[in-house]
Amino acid sequence: MQLNRLATPLVLLVVAGLVIGLPAERSRDFDGTINFLAIFATTVAIYAIFTLALNVQWGYTGVFNFGVAAFFLVGAYTAAIFVKPPADPESSVRYIGGFGEALSPPFLGGDQWVPFLVAIFAAAIASGILAVLLAVPTLRLREDYLAITTIGVAELLRRIVIQEDGLVNGSRSLIGIPKPFSGYFDADTNRFVYLGIAIVVLAIVFLLVERAIRSPWGRVLRALKEDETATAASGKNVYAFKMQGFVLGAMLMGVGGAVFAFSRGSIGPTTFDHFFATFLIWAMLMVGGSGNNWGAISGAFVVWGLWTITLQLNGYDLPNVMQNRIFFIRDFLVGALIVTVLLLRPRGLIPEERRVSLWLDRRMRRSARGDPVAGNTP
Amino acid sequence: MTLALEATDVVAGYGEAEILHGVSIAVEEGEMVAIIGPNGAGKSTLLKTIFGLIPTRAGSVRLGTNDITSDRPDSIVKAGMSYVPQVENVFPSLSINENLEMGAYVRQDGLRERLEVVYDMFPDLTSRRGDGAGKLSGGQRQMLALARALMLDPQVLLLDEPSAGLSPKMVDSIFSKIVDINLAGTAVLLIEQNAREALSFSHRAYVLVTGENRMEGDAKTMIDNEEVGRLYLGE
Amino acid sequence: MSIVPAQFNDRLTSLGEQYRRFSETTATALLWVLISILFLWAAIFETDLFIAGMIVGSVLALGAIGLTLIYSILGFANFAHGDTMMLGAYVAFFLLTGIVVGEKPNIDLDVGWSLNRMPGATAELWDLSFGWGLLVAIALSMFVMAAFSIGLDRVVYRPLRRRGSGIVIFAMAALGVAFSIRAVMLIIWGPDPRRYVQGIHYANHYPFGVVLKTDQIFIFLVAMGLAAVMYFVLFHSKLGKAMRAMADNPDLALVSGINTDRIVMWTWAIGGGLMAIAGALLAIQALLRPILGFELILPLFAATILGGIGKPQGAFIGALVVGVSQESSIVFFSAGYKPAVAFVILVFILLLRPRGLFGTAS
Repeated sequence: MQLNRLATPLVLLVVAGLVIGLPAERSRDFDGTINFLAIFATTVAIYAIFTLALNVQWGYTGVFNFGVAAFFLVGAYTAAIFVKPPADPESSVRYIGGFGEALSPPFLGGDQWVPFLVAIFAAAIASGILAVLLAVPTLRLREDYLAITTIGVAELLRRIVIQEDGLVNGSRSLIGIPKPFSGYFDADTNRFVYLGIAIVVLAIVFLLVERAIRSPWGRVLRALKEDETATAASGKNVYAFKMQGFVLGAMLMGVGGAVFAFSRGSIGPTTFDHFFATFLIWAMLMVGGSGNNWGAISGAFVVWGLWTITLQLNGYDLPNVMQNRIFFIRDFLVGALIVTVLLLRPRGLIPEERRVSLWLDRRMRRSARGDPVAGNTP
Repeated sequence: MTLALEATDVVAGYGEAEILHGVSIAVEEGEMVAIIGPNGAGKSTLLKTIFGLIPTRAGSVRLGTNDITSDRPDSIVKAGMSYVPQVENVFPSLSINENLEMGAYVRQDGLRERLEVVYDMFPDLTSRRGDGAGKLSGGQRQMLALARALMLDPQVLLLDEPSAGLSPKMVDSIFSKIVDINLAGTAVLLIEQNAREALSFSHRAYVLVTGENRMEGDAKTMIDNEEVGRLYLGE
Repeated sequence: MSIVPAQFNDRLTSLGEQYRRFSETTATALLWVLISILFLWAAIFETDLFIAGMIVGSVLALGAIGLTLIYSILGFANFAHGDTMMLGAYVAFFLLTGIVVGEKPNIDLDVGWSLNRMPGATAELWDLSFGWGLLVAIALSMFVMAAFSIGLDRVVYRPLRRRGSGIVIFAMAALGVAFSIRAVMLIIWGPDPRRYVQGIHYANHYPFGVVLKTDQIFIFLVAMGLAAVMYFVLFHSKLGKAMRAMADNPDLALVSGINTDRIVMWTWAIGGGLMAIAGALLAIQALLRPILGFELILPLFAATILGGIGKPQGAFIGALVVGVSQESSIVFFSAGYKPAVAFVILVFILLLRPRGLFGTAS
């Protein structure tokens, strides 16, 4: 019992120690380590946006999205074409949009932030539209149909990106995506500025999700996840609430995609691989604990921590057999990790708070549910 | 007379909720016994517990001379007891014949002969052997469910509201079929919402309230009992 | 704080309801008509593509039959199905050639024992590209994968079942298993494509412009033969009937006295064996690539849902439809969109008739 309560801080501490310790020990270079940590923290912040978004869908609404990559992709590409200058017709680089200059007002250093803000909103809206399109045929059906459909759409979108060459430069990737405020600083400083921006966006997303979840709307969502029938019986439109939860999550994923695109500077169809852009995020949420926003964030930290540490290990004297396969071994470990978590600690590092409000209890008592025995099959 | 089925002080429930707080019932060989009681009394839970679908937390269940407490349903079927659930009690994508074969799954031999015996008892099904059970009407499904449960010629038959959702005419023919089955020697333990009617053709009855025995006795006297009449027969 | 106004929600809901009612009545007939048109058109005007599609479809069918049984009997979407198929293909590859990746990723290591070393194992049978060694390798791989699937059930799925986990937890676990299996294939055999037999084999010309390798005819005949065996098992054996019964209603199967644990074991054994042979047949025609497993998921699920979950005959027809549509899609779209065809079919069927061709109302 005691050990169980200590497990979570222990895991967080060990991962933090390794993430800071390993590169420091290997490079023995303060600046290098700090730079590494800045990049690490930026990535964790971006992934945390995704885990929070997925938490809205799965942890709070109970909607099953196996195609995070699809919303990731749509968000990232949308943001990219909003901040990039128009494609040069002379070059072989071809893409639509390129609103960056058109959206830059000539005052207040507008080109350094306005297009980016617009791009984030556009990314959210584009992802949201995709979510509506997917939800209409599937949300009322078995819950795993949405999972299959979202896997499918992620694959379809990747195909479209590759096949429709003029859309977003096909498989040659879209490069040179600018960063906000990058005109004011040198490359090194920029790294930290962008870390700050990512953290600010994460904080806004976190507060937004917390607010939404604790509002009456959020309480209905959670009640719905616990007992759909009872919630429907109390007069709530289950389909509409599920739809709203799914779309909100998808929009936040769009935001995550945008922040990711600015951070990387280049994106291509392989960036949105199922493993990297869907499964890793699920692993983070499951490890952290779905249904809890702090769990979602710590999951992003722990899994991304382990993910980067595994590569650090390669600097040490690993046997050749392992060294050459470190990427595949890492993939295996993440797959095995999620199965292990499901089997041994299904509620994650920071479990869901149970019945934060008494709302559901009251509802349940009020709504006559008939004979609780006769209808139930074991 | 010897007891065909005896449940003693059975405690059971789902998850944290305890539904049955020590229920005892007994069915003699060849007897027809009804369980009546309000919604939520634990009637279905009792049948499921007896049949090993819900773990027995305390108490015991005996079938004839065998202790079947916490046995798996397949060994209970083998021991000579069958159960017809209230809903979803046929396999819709299997043919009628296949449904009956599934009823005799634990049987090693004599399937063909037994099939004919059961078809003789349910002539309506005979002509439609190859039809999918999903195409049957509600009443026919109930007949098929009964027929499936009889494939092993059980000593005891558990029925969970066999008349639920049927038209009055169908209810009558199901009840008369149950009486026939009972007259042929199978002991029947049934739950019924149509309590008055169930009492009229049962030998004995138990009244269950909130997971406890409230009353038991001769079925015919129970119809005339004032309290039963007021509470459960809608008078 | 509602994000969308209530009126709009209600409108959306009632529209959806009307739509669904319409679909229940006319959808099945419409589907069958569409499928007939597709098959007739392809068979008459694009005979070559039609036959290629039937071959791919017949192999997919073996996977889809296993998937639909697991889906209904165990009640969850086995996202590891495609990757397990590939693993089966690689196990056959290993038994045949004895090759794994060595210490350096680009240098193969021969373990020193393989079927290919047996006398006459590589001698080509008839006009095929391979000898009896591959046939034995595939047969052995079936047993390996059957045992593997049962073992996986014991370690992963059975504990989840005992705990009464929801279908989503199962699907999640299956996805974890899928990625683990893919990683294992990459670790042992590397990311580069592999093939059972080296060398070039020419195709033969047949009437109506059909160009086929004898290997392809072999694949089709084996797949169809196995599908026939599965039909016999599922519709005429006691075990198969019990599997279909459990697919219909697991609770009632338990009540009928069916030993459901044993049926679950058989389901994995049969599903695993079918996965192995389907993967291997696919690899004879194409190449072995670890990534192929994940790409199979969509066609497999599209076939399963099109046929109706738990309906092996539906999965069979669904797989042929997916195969023929995929292959003949290149008449209209670039070949790069082939994998997307399954997705379009999937969404179409979910809109039109989510229960599938043979699905019964529950």
